Amino acid sequence: MNAKSSFIDSATALPDLKTTTGSITRRRLARRLPVRRIWPTWVLLSAQFGILVAFVGLWELAAATKFIDVFFWSKPSSIASTMVIFFSEGNAITDIVYTFCSTIMGFILGTTLGAVLGMSFWWSRNYALIMQPYIICLESIPKLALAPLIILVFGMGLASKVAIATALTLVVSTLTAYSGVQAVDRDQEKLFYSLGASRWQVFTKLVAPSCIPWIISILRVNIGLALTGSIVGEFVASQYGLGRTILYAGQTYEIALVWVAVLVLSALSMVMYVAVSWLERHLQKGIVR
Amino acid sequence: MSAPAPKLVLENLSMVFHTGGKEFVALEPCDLAVPTGKFISLIGPSGCGKSTLFNIIAGLQAPTTGRVLIDGQDFTGYIGQVGYMLQKDLLLPWRTVLDNVALGMEISGVPIKEARARALPLIIKYGLSGFEHQYPSSLSGGMRQRAALLRTLLVERDVVLLDEPFGALDAQTKSQMQEWLLQIFADFGRTVIFVTHDVEEAVFLSDEIHVMASRPGRIIETLPVDLPRPRDRAIVSTPRFVAMKKYCLDLLHLGEQQAAA
Repeated sequence: MNAKSSFIDSATALPDLKTTTGSITRRRLARRLPVRRIWPTWVLLSAQFGILVAFVGLWELAAATKFIDVFFWSKPSSIASTMVIFFSEGNAITDIVYTFCSTIMGFILGTTLGAVLGMSFWWSRNYALIMQPYIICLESIPKLALAPLIILVFGMGLASKVAIATALTLVVSTLTAYSGVQAVDRDQEKLFYSLGASRWQVFTKLVAPSCIPWIISILRVNIGLALTGSIVGEFVASQYGLGRTILYAGQTYEIALVWVAVLVLSALSMVMYVAVSWLERHLQKGIVR
Repeated sequence: MSAPAPKLVLENLSMVFHTGGKEFVALEPCDLAVPTGKFISLIGPSGCGKSTLFNIIAGLQAPTTGRVLIDGQDFTGYIGQVGYMLQKDLLLPWRTVLDNVALGMEISGVPIKEARARALPLIIKYGLSGFEHQYPSSLSGGMRQRAALLRTLLVERDVVLLDEPFGALDAQTKSQMQEWLLQIFADFGRTVIFVTHDVEEAVFLSDEIHVMASRPGRIIETLPVDLPRPRDRAIVSTPRFVAMKKYCLDLLHLGEQQAAA
């Protein structure tokens, strides 16, 4: 009360101020900052688990009551028993390793070549300008549409799957590395040259290190693309692999096996994604500050 | 003391840009002689050609006319002949403070181990002790500027160009850094050319001030600063200092009025 009256006393020189303040106060809405509380972890986990159980349970129930056609949709119980058979019969590991290998090789090849190609554009503005339309062309071609051609050229084996996975990752990596090159701070470059640096020194000590975060950022996208490339390659023509398993199972109406292969594929994809995320975090900690 | 041969001489240096058929004079022909071991400042409004002048001296831009002489030798268009510190600290985020400071030496071909060995004592002596193995992101603005300046000094060029190194710092840090710079200047004995907007800074630090004006960029006045060294912060309130500061400010205002007219 005291403080308020002294405020008004001091404001006597500005009579307008008092009336304005009063009218604003009357109209003001009393609203609290919205609080968004996070539930405890066990609640969240049981909710997540509950959804899974409900989904699987409803599927099984719908199949048992003939609400859905088991021939097309299969059902969780037969998927589970097929899973056991899939892993107990010899081919499972071969298929998984096959898909895994072509994905990883395509991923490494595509990312490395793309990074090198993208960074090479730093060396010559003219070279970069000449190459630009071709890069844009390459980007716009649906690479997967070339899969049959690639199989013809590289054969039925692993090489063709690696080639498709590489083709998919290469272009993205090139464009990203090139963006990294273009984002190099001009002043930073100026500093290097003012110190009397050669082009090679600027490249190794400035351009390449500043592109690394860009390349790291593309790793997670690339692992997904490489997997897609491998699977599509296996769809077109292959003797092994999870993609071939899916295609074969679909053609022979073994829908449960399709689901098994899709589930294994998802697990594989998840494992690789987690591994790459881990790699990404560690690289970022090591290089980018 | 008889006048020794100047360290750096700018001879009839000018810069004209052609954009869309129009001529833009960034720098009118100017002459400048900087004596060895002196600290000179360039002050002036934005667009007065200070940065152009620095880029030319550092060999990063070719002048339209004129030459840059260091110790009487023509170094127009040659890079790596002077130390140049740009406005931003430009520390590399993936290098430690030590490796950032050693960068200049590394580029001039000193092996990294030796470069580090030479940089370390200076880092410790000039206020970055304990931060040598930290990354730049953990340094304050003032410390980053220290690291950047040490990097520039360690290249061992006689002439050092400083382009508004303290422009982005708060007032208190700035005055600390000015005293730190005077210390460094006394210890290293380099020839320094310093660009600033801040007249008080220029008077406090320099032996000579060149006042520049814009449109076209040119040097309009040169005045020696005869304040004794070593200088103390208290000097800023002496009548001589105040008079000099006022004189510079008046010149700058005059230049602006002329440009506006």
